[in-house]
Amino acid sequence: MEIFVSIIIGVLTMSAVYMILSKSLLRIIIGTGLLSHAAHLLVLTMGGLKTGAAPVLVDGVTEYTDPLPQALVLTAIVISFGVTAFFLVLAYRAYQELNTDNIEEMKGTESND
Amino acid sequence: MINLPIFPIVIPALAAIILLFAPKQIRLQRGVALGALLVTFAMTVVLIFTVSQDGILTVNLGNWPAPFGITLVSDMLSALLVATATLIVFFIVWFATHYFSDAYESNYVYVAMLFLLVGVNGAFTTGDIFNLFVFFEVFLISSYVLIVLGGKGVQLRESIKYLLVNVIASALFVMAVALLYGTVGTLSLADLAQKIPLVENQSVIVVIGVLFVIVFGLKGALVPLHYWLPGSYVVAPTPILAMFGALLTKVGVYSILRTYTLLFDGGAFTQTFLIVLAVLTIVIGMIGAIAYNDVKLIIIYNIMIAVGVILYGIALDTQTSLEGALYYLIHDMLIKAALFMLVGMMIGITKSGQLRDMGGLITRFPLFGWTFFIAALSLAGIPPLSGFFGKLLIVQGGIAEGSLFGPLLILLSSLFVLFSVIKIFLYGFWGEEKRAYDGPLVPHMKKLIVPTFLLVAVAVAYGFGAEAMHPFITQAIEPLVQPEIYIDAVIKE
Repeated sequence: MEIFVSIIIGVLTMSAVYMILSKSLLRIIIGTGLLSHAAHLLVLTMGGLKTGAAPVLVDGVTEYTDPLPQALVLTAIVISFGVTAFFLVLAYRAYQELNTDNIEEMKGTESND
Repeated sequence: MINLPIFPIVIPALAAIILLFAPKQIRLQRGVALGALLVTFAMTVVLIFTVSQDGILTVNLGNWPAPFGITLVSDMLSALLVATATLIVFFIVWFATHYFSDAYESNYVYVAMLFLLVGVNGAFTTGDIFNLFVFFEVFLISSYVLIVLGGKGVQLRESIKYLLVNVIASALFVMAVALLYGTVGTLSLADLAQKIPLVENQSVIVVIGVLFVIVFGLKGALVPLHYWLPGSYVVAPTPILAMFGALLTKVGVYSILRTYTLLFDGGAFTQTFLIVLAVLTIVIGMIGAIAYNDVKLIIIYNIMIAVGVILYGIALDTQTSLEGALYYLIHDMLIKAALFMLVGMMIGITKSGQLRDMGGLITRFPLFGWTFFIAALSLAGIPPLSGFFGKLLIVQGGIAEGSLFGPLLILLSSLFVLFSVIKIFLYGFWGEEKRAYDGPLVPHMKKLIVPTFLLVAVAVAYGFGAEAMHPFITQAIEPLVQPEIYIDAVIKE
C-alpha cells in the first residue's frame, strides 16, 4: 500500500512541477495545489498506513494508527487552503491590474533597471 | 512566571486581534500597536534576565510532557533574538505612523505587522519542528498581506513571484518534516537531537538536512535560491521593506543555525555544502551591491552579504565563529532596519530611487545625513561600531580552523559593503541638489528622523557595549556547542 501511495505522490509532484513551469498563472496555482497535495500525502505515508484501531486508549487493543501525521496533515491542509485562496484572489487582482495572466509578460524590468 | 516564553507570542497576537475590529480608528491602531510592542519588549527584557539567571525556560503547551507535545523553549539565543525583533518592529511601527497616509494605515497594516512579529517570535521560540513550520506560515501570510497592500501593478506582479517561491518552499518544508518523522519518529527538536545519531542509515539524514537547508535557504536568500529577493523586496513600501529585510531573511538564517547545530552537524558534507553556499552568497551579494545605483537595491544586496557572512560563521560550527555569527546576526537586524528606513527617507524626499537624481541632502538635513553616515560605517564594520566584533570573531574562527579563503573573502566583502554605502553617502548627501526636493516626506522629516536616529543609537550602543553583551552571547552559544544542555532542559527525566 505504501508503495502505491508513493507512486501517486511521485505522479502528483511530477504534474505539479509541469504545471508550475507553464506560463499561465491559473495553471501555476493549480500546480502549487497539486504540490501541496503531494506533500500532505507524503506526511500521511511516512507515518505508516497500517490499519489499526482508532488511537483511543481502550483495553484489549494493541494495534493503533499513528494519530500524529493526521494532526500534522490537518494543519498543513488548512494552511495550504488559505494560501491557495489568497493566491487565487491575488492572481485575479493582478489580472485586472496588469491585463495579463501570462507570467512571461510579468518579468518587470521597467522599475528596477 | 513559568509561562514567560509565551508572552512575546501572545501579546502581539491579542493586540492584533483587538485591532482587527477597529480598522478605521487610526489613533487607536497606532496607540495599541505601539503600546503592545512596548509591553512585549519589556517582557522580553525580563525574559532575557530570567534566562540568564535560571537557564533555559521551557513551556509544555497543553501540559503534554516534552517529547510528545509542543514545547516552547526560550534559551538565551531565542530570548535575544525575540527581544531584537520586538524592538525593531516597535521602531518600524513608530516610523510607519509618520510615513503612511491615513488611508493606507486603515487597511490593517498594523494588524499584519503585529501578526508578522507573532510568527517571527514564535519561530525563534518554538522547540518543535512542525510548529516551526506553522509559525513560518504565520509570518509568511502576514508578509503576503503587507507586500500587496497598496495594490499597485508592480506590487501585485512581484507579490505573485514572492508568493509562488514561498508556497513551493512551504511544500518542501512539509515534505522535509514528513521524511524526518518517517525516519526518526519524533518532531521535538530536543528529542530529534537525541535520536538522530541512533539512526542506522545516516545518509538519509544528510539528504533530509540538505532539504532543510534548501527550505530555509529560500527564506534566507542563499545563492542560488535568492532570485526572488531583490525584485519582490524593492516594490514594498519602506517600513515594510525594513521589516522584511531585518526579520524575514534572518529567521531563515536562525533556522539553519538551530537545525544545523542541533540536528545535522554530523557530516563533513553538510559543512562543506554550507560553506560553499555562504561563499557564493557573499560573492553574488558583493557584485549586486556595487552594480546598482538604486539605493534600495544596494541595501537589499547588502542583506545577501550579511546572510553569507553569518552562514559562514554557522558552518564553521566552533565556539568563536558561532559567537561571531550571533553577534553579527543581531547587529545586522538592527542596522538593516535602520538603513532601509534611511534610504526610504531619501526616496521620500527626492521622489527617486536613483543615485543620479540625488545629492546635497546633508545641507538640508544635517542630522539625517550624519545618522546615515554612522549607520553606513556600522554596516561596514568599522570599529568600535557594532558590525566589527561579529566579523572579527567569525574571521578568528575561520583562521583557527585553518581556512584562509573564507576569512579573506569576508574581509574583502567589508570593503565592498563600505564602498556601496559610501557611494550612497557621497552621491546622495554630498554635492549639489540636483533638483527641487519636494517629495511627500519633506514635511514629516523632523518626526521620521526620531525613530531612525534612536534605532541607529541602539545599534551604536550595541557596538560600544560589546563587552557587556559578551556574557549573554556566550550563554546563547552554549546550547549550540553542547546540544546536551538544550536536550536536558527540554526533556526532564
